[in-house]
Amino acid sequence: MNANEIYEKIRNKFEDAIVEFKSDAIVEPYLEVKPDRVKEICEFLRDEPDLAFDYLMCLSGVDYANGTLGVVYHLYSMKHGHRFVLKVKVPVENPVVQSVESVWKSANWHEREAYDMFGIIFEGHPDLRRILMPYDWPEGSHPLRKDFQVPEFYNGMKVPY
Amino acid sequence: MGLLDKRFESENIVITTVEDVLNWARLSSLWMMQFGLACCAIEMMAASASHFDIMRFGIIPRSTPRQADLMIVAGTVTLKMASRVKRLYEQMPDPKYVISMGSCANCGGPYWEHGYHVLKGVDRIIPVDVYVPGCPPRPEALLEGIIKLREKIRRESLVKKKLPPVYVEEK
Repeated sequence: MNANEIYEKIRNKFEDAIVEFKSDAIVEPYLEVKPDRVKEICEFLRDEPDLAFDYLMCLSGVDYANGTLGVVYHLYSMKHGHRFVLKVKVPVENPVVQSVESVWKSANWHEREAYDMFGIIFEGHPDLRRILMPYDWPEGSHPLRKDFQVPEFYNGMKVPY
Repeated sequence: MGLLDKRFESENIVITTVEDVLNWARLSSLWMMQFGLACCAIEMMAASASHFDIMRFGIIPRSTPRQADLMIVAGTVTLKMASRVKRLYEQMPDPKYVISMGSCANCGGPYWEHGYHVLKGVDRIIPVDVYVPGCPPRPEALLEGIIKLREKIRRESLVKKKLPPVYVEEK
């Protein structure tokens, strides 16, 4: 099934949750949805027999540098061999996205990484804590944010060159 | 031997200084702290393997800092790892030596500008005796670093100040 057909199936069920579908995007088509609906859409994508997205290939955080953070989901179906890209965007002041950890277990660490690097809060994640940075890294400091400033010292060690 | 012949009747006596014996013993059996951090560690392993064989210098990897006197910091020292490296160094008994292997351990390497997670040089937390440049250095470069360290230990003295760090020339 190609992206347009997959999009049609989602639109029939979740018309009110859709923000934008871009079928002529530069790399591959993607569908942007509302951050508080992403979990039920993902459950639908996984459970619908002719979609059967059983594999979350990648979950990435993004900083769009205009006060918007985002999460990108790359999905793949082992059964049908087709793929699809989902996106959500949230304001940087209140970056809350529904967790899809209950849909695909692999989202657990991916969401922790997105939280660690971008500060995106995944609602419903069972164990949302830092995964790459040290546990005592300054609260609210997320290195892949565009406005991130390197701290002068960390545990008495000078950080900048 | 002319002088010694007159002084000692027994033939099995050698005269030397305590310093020389200690230095010779130390430089001939450097036991290295066994840990690697990044790509440089692969080159370090290659140096331990039969092709380069650093064991011919008496270098044995030890898995405990209590029995090691040489620390080869091979690779990127992240901030998270830096405090562990420091603790391992502190657990090693004196006298102890440090070889900083590769650009990352020397100065942060490719992460020197944008690496928010990398310690820009392991000498910010522990004293370094020999710097080996390269990214990563080939095993030969590490061997040269070890030879430089051996020369340094040979010149050590019980009373004089500790010798300054030396740098392996980049080839």
